[in-house]
Amino acid sequence: MPHYRHHVLVCQGTGCLSSGSTGVLKSLEAEIKAQGLNDQVRVVKSGCFGFCMQGPVMIVYPEGVFYTKVHPADVPEIVGKHLKGGQTVERLLFRDPVTKQPVEEFGDIQFFKGQKRLVLQNCGSINPENIEEYIAKDGYFALAKVLTHMTPEQVIDEVKKSGLRGRGGGGFPTGRKWEFARKALGEPKYVICNADEGDPGAFMDRSILEGDPHAVLEAMCIAGYAVGAKQGYVYVRAEYPVAVKRLEIAIEQARTKGLLGKKLFGTDFYFNIEIRLGAGAFVCGEETSLIRSIQGLRGEPRPRPPFPAAEGLWGKPTLINNVETLANIPHIIRNGSKAFAAIGTERSKGTKVFALAGKIHNTGLIEVPMGTTLREVIFNLGGGIPEGKKFKAAQTGGPSGGCLTEEHLDISLEYDTLLEVGSMMGSGGLIVMDEDSCMVDVARFYLEFTRDESCGKCTPCRIGTKRMLEILTRITEGKGTDKDLTDLEELAQVVKEDSLCGLGVSAPNPVLSTLRYFRHEYEAHIFAKHCPAGVCKELQAYAIDPEMCKACGICRRECPSQAIKGAPKEPHVIETEKCSQCGLCLSKCPFKAIKRGPRTRPTAPAAPDALIAGRAGGSPERIHPDSNQSIVH
Amino acid sequence: MVSLTIDNQPLEVEEGTTALEAAQALGIDIPTLCYLKEVNVIASCRICLVEVEGHKNLVASCALPVAEGMAIRTRTPHVLHARKKVLELLLSDHPFDCLTCFRNGNCELQTLAREMNVHGLQWEGERGVFAVDDLSPSLVREPSKCIRCRRCVTVCRDVLTVSIYDMLHRGFDSVAGPAFNDSLLDTPCITCGQCILVCPTAALHEKDDTDKVWRALENPDLHVVVQTAPSIRVSLGEEFGLPQGELVVGKMVAALRRLGFNKVFDDCFGADVCIMEEGQELLSRLEGNGGPLPQFTSCCPGWVKFCENFYPELIPHLSSTKSPQQIFGALTKTYYAQLAGIPPEKIFSVSIMPCVAKKFEAGRPEHRDSGYRDVDAVLTTRELARMIRMSGINFADLPDEEFDSPMGEASGAGVIFGASGGVMEAALRTVYEKINGTEIPEEDLEKIRSFNEVREAEFKLGDRTIRVAVARNIGEGRKLCERVKNDKEHRYDFIEIMACPGACVGGGGQPIYSNLDKWSLQMDFRKSRAKGLFKSDSEKKYRKSHENPYVLKLYEDFLGEPNSEKAHSLLHTGHKARPLYTCEGTYAGDKVEHRHYREEQGYLH
Repeated sequence: MPHYRHHVLVCQGTGCLSSGSTGVLKSLEAEIKAQGLNDQVRVVKSGCFGFCMQGPVMIVYPEGVFYTKVHPADVPEIVGKHLKGGQTVERLLFRDPVTKQPVEEFGDIQFFKGQKRLVLQNCGSINPENIEEYIAKDGYFALAKVLTHMTPEQVIDEVKKSGLRGRGGGGFPTGRKWEFARKALGEPKYVICNADEGDPGAFMDRSILEGDPHAVLEAMCIAGYAVGAKQGYVYVRAEYPVAVKRLEIAIEQARTKGLLGKKLFGTDFYFNIEIRLGAGAFVCGEETSLIRSIQGLRGEPRPRPPFPAAEGLWGKPTLINNVETLANIPHIIRNGSKAFAAIGTERSKGTKVFALAGKIHNTGLIEVPMGTTLREVIFNLGGGIPEGKKFKAAQTGGPSGGCLTEEHLDISLEYDTLLEVGSMMGSGGLIVMDEDSCMVDVARFYLEFTRDESCGKCTPCRIGTKRMLEILTRITEGKGTDKDLTDLEELAQVVKEDSLCGLGVSAPNPVLSTLRYFRHEYEAHIFAKHCPAGVCKELQAYAIDPEMCKACGICRRECPSQAIKGAPKEPHVIETEKCSQCGLCLSKCPFKAIKRGPRTRPTAPAAPDALIAGRAGGSPERIHPDSNQSIVH
Repeated sequence: MVSLTIDNQPLEVEEGTTALEAAQALGIDIPTLCYLKEVNVIASCRICLVEVEGHKNLVASCALPVAEGMAIRTRTPHVLHARKKVLELLLSDHPFDCLTCFRNGNCELQTLAREMNVHGLQWEGERGVFAVDDLSPSLVREPSKCIRCRRCVTVCRDVLTVSIYDMLHRGFDSVAGPAFNDSLLDTPCITCGQCILVCPTAALHEKDDTDKVWRALENPDLHVVVQTAPSIRVSLGEEFGLPQGELVVGKMVAALRRLGFNKVFDDCFGADVCIMEEGQELLSRLEGNGGPLPQFTSCCPGWVKFCENFYPELIPHLSSTKSPQQIFGALTKTYYAQLAGIPPEKIFSVSIMPCVAKKFEAGRPEHRDSGYRDVDAVLTTRELARMIRMSGINFADLPDEEFDSPMGEASGAGVIFGASGGVMEAALRTVYEKINGTEIPEEDLEKIRSFNEVREAEFKLGDRTIRVAVARNIGEGRKLCERVKNDKEHRYDFIEIMACPGACVGGGGQPIYSNLDKWSLQMDFRKSRAKGLFKSDSEKKYRKSHENPYVLKLYEDFLGEPNSEKAHSLLHTGHKARPLYTCEGTYAGDKVEHRHYREEQGYLH
């Protein structure tokens, strides 16, 4: 067996793959061969490190040097200078956003330093396509322990004692879910892994499946043993081809090794796992829809009870757990529930993976103990807000969650506190917004998502989300009225209370929470026709300061909408009606003569139409003359 | 048993009962919209919301199984407000053309809006607008009026097993419709119209042919003859507030005369002739020279199309005898024309049917054996009621009048054609007596009269035993088809299949009930109508088709023997395999050429 001086781990997660890590890997392998280091350097394809914005990334061991944004052209230098010469290639190191200093070692980077990697421990440290590497990290030990030393009841008890709660959004105690499935009458029973990750911006489940698929398979076997199931399904989105491929490889390898199939560890326990692909409907993340989808039916929820634990797949008792939830199980079994329960808070145990995104320096996946504060996540791990901008809000829980504001920076991130302030844990999306984000627009964005993803089965969600979006669109276009505001609130309440499934019930959350914390922004849009963040195009206008314009004609030539008029030596003018608000002129003007500002409208005179509409019970406030708009700076 | 409280009233119900049913047991009415007892329990419309102690949100009572100690509140202001707001949302995506709507006055959505005190909508916005599909000769689909309750989907799929409808698209754009949003004409829709009966609005309704009939009635050159199907006499009264299943044959005849029909005949006469022919055909088959056994009845056009679409290999089993409507039509323009001395081209033949599939049947190109279209217009019970209302006739106060002669006299056997098992019984009454020489014992007939699932019975015919089966609806019919298809041991000799649950008394052209339990497989209103028919049968002078003197005279004077050459040319027909989906793409609104093609083929009016 050769003795390697270096191990180079090249990330092969979807994030790095899309920024070109396949090329990096190829040229690395070629270069190592060319420079004759074949027997000294071992290249390992690894799962996701979580720091996707810095991709393609690689780590050189034993030093633990972390290279970021590696281009294939950089590879000869890495091989020559580092792997051969022993010197770090400084220009490829990560630079701390605050100190601006390069950080050599992986463990010294703030983004990683503050993390507690339990679920993600193998992601980025093993080759997910090699079962031996998983086994070398104590993989399948938990399954062995369960099958040979524990009764199903003891397993469930252990999970219950760990305090693990569902990571898919609901936060239901996992042990109790297992117990229900165990006690449910009916044969056969099924275990389903819900890998239909749908929140925009959240990708922890994908990363786990791509970086550590065996952990999920092992957990499913354990769950199968605990509840008395022999068949498991992983329901994964077809949009996750890398995850699907690695799962397939993992299942095949586990079968070959006798870790899936009949007579596991010499016992009579039998467990098999199959993959089912989802077609990308958000609602299929809801368990009853997911079950219907597996059965080949239209992905739509049904009322609960009966819960899947009693009547699930093909009408049989079914346990459904999310990927991240399952990935905790081997750890709990191996190290005991006590060790697990020692992490986190009183009511939320263990860790939680968050997908950091938005206006933040370090975006990517992080895993922190439950109870970490929002401030710690954003300003320490996340490196703060870029360009010295001010923090405004953070959206947790994706389209089903709500926003947290500056006053919440010190709340601890755990299930119940988030619910208390009108948001939710959700699957762990965390989108940071700064002063340039318009909260009405944010709410509109999420509503557009839920409107598109509503399956259309129940009335409040089907029509309610549509109506909410219509109102929000009106407001962002400057056509909102005070009636719209009350209508929106009441409608949000109707959709929230009366919808059939979690999608509809949580769809109004972004609206309700922005209304709660940023009502003044709604009011500014409605009454002052002003978007404080300058996002809503319909409320903005570009204008040229005649004093500063030198009539150079650059803006006129650049304007893609031919909205700028002017002649030589005459100050140019922007025609607002034609202007598409692209902002090109603003960036091109060498004299900074172009300004962006709120658009004002003349107040509508009481036109005869409006009076008639008013008499007929319509809403005259909604009639707006959209022409004759003027501009003030 | 489970004990719980509803609106503070304690009660005990059986396990598995829903909150809605439990409330009904206490006499508490919870409004519903998508709910259809035993068929569509999907909690999608969210109208039947209630408060349940311990639940954060409101719960749909239709799909909520009660649990021990549950405390339910059905009429708190909060609940009422929520229901109203959900209804307002539904209305905000609904065209407001109630005044000109088919279901004006009989619309569940309209009724709810009135009951819930909706005056104006809080939220308005875009409405789903869809083209109207009126290419089928039987049904019109107006998806703009669809409220996505999915009753049509479940009835067609789960009860009838035809599965024409499902939800198309997603979210706000979703709507119930046939695959690929094709026209119903291009699908294997059997045109039974059960979807119309369950539709709470006018998203599905019959093709209205009353104008055609009015035009014929006002044409002095036309001699307008009308035939009324057996089951109309027990359902028409319901349209005018009379009790379910009340026999109103006399008033019906009187009303038709007052509308201006020149002759009012009874389709039961056609049914009697049908038995003569079909019975003879069965005897031939039993003797081994008339085609394969079992013989299937063929008087239900929905079932015939079902067989042509889904079981073309069983077509040889279908009786070649036409349905009573078409027998009557062919005889009207030949036998009656000859008797009355009126040239057939001057006769306009109208039928009143409980059925929308009959509209399709009358338009089939093969039904022109008189040399003309045998039946010119088909009206459903509902359309006839509309004509009566329009004329200002006070139906309930009409005197009883008699059918015209000679095609107005029918036996009891012809009358029971309208009830499930009736065709079988009518045929057996005749065939049994012809072979055995004695009357068939009543107790033997009881076996096929019940409302249970697929009924089977055995009868002695001479020295052989024949086995018969009756399907209560086309879903059960499919089961029988499967059995026959895979039948190696020749289990059946004669099978009656009707498309609609309960047969013609529950036909798709019958009065629509817009109340809670209108669809129960216990089939309450269907039962009372069937009872009415059997009552009429018991009061008839002749109870067997072969005893009807006018039928005997018809054979003597005109047709000769049953299954004679003349009878064959006029009263028998052929059937052909049909594709499931034509993929013509007819329903695009603008594809006029397709429509013309269809018209030439004779499938359109």
